[in-house]
Order: sequence, then structure tokens, then C-alpha cells
Amino acid sequence: MNSILAVAGVVIKEMYRRKDFYVLLILTVVITALMGSVNFFNDDKIVRYLKEICLLLIWISSLVIAIVTTARQIPFEKESRTIFPLLAKPISRSQLLAGKFLGCWLACGIALICFYTFFGCISASREHHWHLLNYFQAATLHWFMLGIVVALVLLGSLVFTAPSSNATTLFVIIGGILFMGRYLNHFALRMSEPGHTIVSSIYYVIPHLEIFDVRDLIIHNWPTIAWKYYAIAVVYALIYCGIFLAGACLVFRRKALH
Amino acid sequence: MLLLLVVCFSLAAWLDPRFQARQQTGSRDAMSLLMGDSRQIIAGLFFTKADAYFHSGFYPTMFDNKEAFKTEHMAADAGALKEKNQGEETEFMGKPRDFIEDFERNFLPSKHTHLDEGGAQGPESGTDLGESKGGLVGEILPWLQMSAELDPHRIETYMVTAYWLRKRMGKANEAEQFLREGLRANPGNPALLFELGRVYLEDRKDAVRARNLWEYGVRQWDVQPGPKSEQDDFILFQLTLYLARLEEGEGNLPAAIHWLKRVKTVSPEPDKIEKQIGELQQKLSPPADGPAATSPGR
Repeated sequence: MNSILAVAGVVIKEMYRRKDFYVLLILTVVITALMGSVNFFNDDKIVRYLKEICLLLIWISSLVIAIVTTARQIPFEKESRTIFPLLAKPISRSQLLAGKFLGCWLACGIALICFYTFFGCISASREHHWHLLNYFQAATLHWFMLGIVVALVLLGSLVFTAPSSNATTLFVIIGGILFMGRYLNHFALRMSEPGHTIVSSIYYVIPHLEIFDVRDLIIHNWPTIAWKYYAIAVVYALIYCGIFLAGACLVFRRKALH
Repeated sequence: MLLLLVVCFSLAAWLDPRFQARQQTGSRDAMSLLMGDSRQIIAGLFFTKADAYFHSGFYPTMFDNKEAFKTEHMAADAGALKEKNQGEETEFMGKPRDFIEDFERNFLPSKHTHLDEGGAQGPESGTDLGESKGGLVGEILPWLQMSAELDPHRIETYMVTAYWLRKRMGKANEAEQFLREGLRANPGNPALLFELGRVYLEDRKDAVRARNLWEYGVRQWDVQPGPKSEQDDFILFQLTLYLARLEEGEGNLPAAIHWLKRVKTVSPEPDKIEKQIGELQQKLSPPADGPAATSPGR
């Protein structure tokens, strides 16, 4: 466990030493502030459009951080040849992967805390009310979704040769799931065989990341999600994280490092 | 360097007449140049987005059944568009097709609400929304304003915005200003003149100006070229009906009858209008037991 935590700590330090997170945070703040400065019919209570823009930027930024940070972990270790001394120590390949996963996931969590704190300040400045439980649910569901993304990208980094191809492919897949994952069963119903079976299979196999996108509930101040469904979603995310990490461990075990 | 200079000069000479032509057609701003006709599509999307906000996010996507949302509810409530909605507005998603979809619906907006009735949270306990309070209806305004900026020829955007501004937010000045911006982009548009007339009658209590605007609106409707659509007939219906009610309220019955006859030509219920015309004509005509009856000696 100590080895895993040590590897995770290095990943977290790497995140706050690089510029990516700061650039994305500043960009989010600046764009949100600019949009917030626009006057709509002399009404200073209008806030939902601002919440939507801010949350959209947070989602884009967090996905960029998660995918880009994770995609370069293993390839960078291989390129810089630091993977050999790392594995020469009493740390197994699985522990290394677990450490990288935990580090990237915790780094995403820290980034989300900063983003959602800013979001909370922006919405409180206009609404004069903090929907703390709602924000907690949204932020934690978002974090667990990023856990699935990190595990998937980690698996991808062992399958694809270059970090760029890994990141691009995963951006497309994750974007596709977020936009279309909910409606694949609608498409499947309108198709004939074998398309119907293929699309239905994809629908049931893919991780439904769109479940964790509860922005509409936050923007329009809907009540909190029932805690039992929240818990089921968390378990669902952990299961998929486990599946992708297990796959990554299997691939990494058989992979030559040279 | 010489070649580069020649290329630059040729490009400038090629671009300049095209730029001058664009200036003359009125497409001056950078947004129009950059986006071209796609801004009309995006304006339409923003208009629909405003209706989605009106429903606090509980809104059909392109994959759902949109029969109950053919006409945006915020526009139908404002009287800007004739309502063509059918079916149950809470059932657009249909029954869940599998356990995943059933589970997902717990993470989506799940109730049909309107922002002017309190939205997702409902009205505050013990309060009555009334006519002047609009709940949170102001939240739709940014999308409507952006839609109007992208497509200034989309008339319903101005009508819907003006209605909600003046009726539910008490901002008659802003509503009038916005309508006038619409009239600058669409001179003499009957729908905008109708809405402006409503501002003058209902908010400024200036019946004279309202009448003038509506009569001008009817004249503009008459001279509009091309065949009239269902929406055009709906606007004429509103213009003439409001004129008839105004004249009736001021005791000017012949004018009221004149406008009701015009309403009848575009009314979906001409029999009812005919009945109202009959009632007004009865009020106008002399009583049956007149001077001939009262002086039996003659």
C-alpha cells in the first residue's frame, strides 16, 4: 500500500507542477467572469446561463486534465527509462498501475475541488444561496466518472503506442458516450439485424458515463438525487474502474518494456 | 519579396469589391461575416434552449417524441405563436426500454414545470405568483437575447421576450426598447406592432397610441406581399380582436363591429364572432318600443 501511495504522490506533485491545470482553471475563471459581466435587461439575478457555461467549462477542463495526465504516465516512464528502476524496487507492475490510477484520480479530485469551489462562489454571488448537498452529489459523481475515464485511459496507454493516439481515441470514445450513450438503445430499435444486435451489445457493455452528468439538476436547482440511486451509481463506477484496471494489469503483465 | 507584394496587392484588389458589396447589403458585423447563414440555425437552437430553460431542463431531445412541444410553451403562453401541440407533455420520454434507461432517469429532470410557476422548486409556500411576479422566468432572457442578436429577423423572439419582460417581470421600458430594436431590423412588422401596442395599452394605459399602432399593423399586414401563412392569419386575428375590444371598451360600437367583421375572416370560430357582432348591432339599433309606440294617438 505504501508503494501505491508513494507512486500516487509523485503523480499528484507532477500535476500541480505542470501548467495544464492552472491554464484551464484561469481560462474557466476568465470566460465565466466575462459572460457574467454581460447585462441582460438590467436584471442582476439571472444566473442559470452562467452556471451552465461554467459547468460546461469545468467538464471540458476536467476531461482534458484526466485524459492528458493519464495518457502520458506509462509512456513517459518508458521513454525516460525510469520504469526499470521503479520495477526493480519491491513494487509489482500491478502496484505501479494502481499507484498511477490512484494518483491521476486524486489529482482529478483536487482539480475538481478547485473548480467546484469557484462554481459555488459564482452561483452563490447571484443566488445568495448554497445548495451544498446538490453540489456535493454533482462533484462526487463527476469525480467517480473521471475514475472510469482514468482507468480506461490507463488501459489505452498500454494498448496504443503513442500518448497522442491514446488521448485522441479516448476523447472521441468518451465524447461519443457522453453525447450518444443514452440513445443507443433508441437507434438499435430502428435497425435491422445484425446492426440491432451490435448496437444493443455496445449499449449494454459501455460504461454509461452520461449517468454521472447531472448538470441539468444543478443548473435548474432540482432537489437532490435519492441517496440509494447515488450509492448505486458510485458502485457502478467502481465496478467499471475495477474492470478496466484489471484489464490494464493483464495487458501490462504480458507487455515487454523494451 | 516582390512576388509577395504582388500576391498581397492582387488579393486586396480581389477582396475589396466583395467587401464593399457586403457593406451595401447591410451585413456589416463580424458575426454575420464569420457565421453566414448558420447563425439562423444557432438562433433557432437558442430559442429552443430558452424553452428548455422555461421547463427547468425537462425537455425532449431530438430522439424523443416532440409532439407536445411543436410550439414552444413560452411562446404559446405569450401569444406569440399559434399553439400546435398535441399529446401529453409529460410523456415525451415514453416508458423506459431497459433497466439502464430506467436507472438513468433518476439523474435527469423528471417533472413538467414552468419557470413562471416556480420551476423545479415550485412556488414558495404561502405566496401567490400573481401577474407581476414571474418566478424565475428571467432565466430564459439571455438565450432569447442571443437568439435575437444572431437572427434579428426572427419575430417570435422579440414577441416572447417582450411579453415575459413586461407581464411577469414588470419591465415595460425594457420590453418597449427591445421591440423597437426588432422594428428597426424588421420595419413595419405587424406582429411587433401588435406587441408594442399591447405595451402601450396594458402598461402605459395609452389607448390612443395602442390603437394607432394596431391600425398601422393591420395596414402593414394588408400590404405584405406573398401568400399569407397560418401564423400571419393568427397575427391579424390578434390585431383585429384587440382593436375590436378596445373600441367596444371605449363605446365606439360601429368601429368595434367593423373590426369584428375583420376578425371573422380569420377566426377559427366565426359563428361566435358573428354572435358577438349581432349583440353589438342590437345595442346600436334603436329600441323596439320607440316614439311610435309611446304616442298611440298618431
